[in-house]
Amino acid sequence: MSAPASPSAKLPNGSGAAAILAAGIGAFLVAVFALAADKSAAFKSLMIFWKPTGPLSGVTTCAIVVWLLAWAVFEARWRKRNVALARINTVAFVLLGLSLLLTFPPIADLF
Amino acid sequence: MEITTRSLWTLIHGMGFGALYLLACSGALVELWRRYSPHALQPVNPRDESFLRIYLAVMAALAWLTVLTGAYIVYPWYRAAAPPGTANLAAFPQRLLMSSPSTIAWHSLGMEWKEHVAWLAPISITMAAAVFIKYGRNLKTHPQLRSAVLGFTLVSFLAAGIAGFFGAMINKSAPVEGGQTIQLIHGESR
Repeated sequence: MSAPASPSAKLPNGSGAAAILAAGIGAFLVAVFALAADKSAAFKSLMIFWKPTGPLSGVTTCAIVVWLLAWAVFEARWRKRNVALARINTVAFVLLGLSLLLTFPPIADLF
Repeated sequence: MEITTRSLWTLIHGMGFGALYLLACSGALVELWRRYSPHALQPVNPRDESFLRIYLAVMAALAWLTVLTGAYIVYPWYRAAAPPGTANLAAFPQRLLMSSPSTIAWHSLGMEWKEHVAWLAPISITMAAAVFIKYGRNLKTHPQLRSAVLGFTLVSFLAAGIAGFFGAMINKSAPVEGGQTIQLIHGESR
């Protein structure tokens, strides 16, 4: 997703892009893991990291861990570069929008 | 005047961290929209830039405190299973809501949505804070970065608003109560 550097930009946009895309992925994973735990009894019991909180503990912990790992990987790859931010923003906002929709129970129940 | 420990933690979670976060969102959105637009006429001075860095970092801390106290302190009390044959469900809010067709949706729609959508707020605002801390006034020359920060901050506001609304309504229908009673003020009977 490389693009020519903008002459007006003092700092490369790569670090920002890394944080934005990782946040989109993290938000989306909260919804995907929650949906999976709702649909599969085996996955649900796998997600019980702390019994009083139930599967919510595993769903959110896993999403946060993957989010932070993705952020670290993207940051290491892009921090000194300018990347095609329009495409990254689009992907991140689509993931964020999907996460809002998929956490809404009437929509999650369609799956 | 007294309050139970469970009620106090619910207050700290919702009216403390959560409500403060919601209030702070509007300030962050206005500041990012007005001051960091590429078309803003006045330059951003270092003092204002430092202020917004701290402001967004505090917002991120508030968002994390809200979801962590919610998920690991209040939610276990909410979802506690009632022993078989329990007639009075007041100490088991989830079971109380699910016991009546007129309140079950507060759990099946409200809590089911709230417990997951709330986590979008800390993830989004942590990203916004990290990007602002890194770029600061340079966001004016990175309009796409600024748009993403604004958009994610707006979604975090929306997610926190949904969670806050359902939290307040659920706690109204089936309050999280119990634990030790804390005496706040000794009143006099009339």
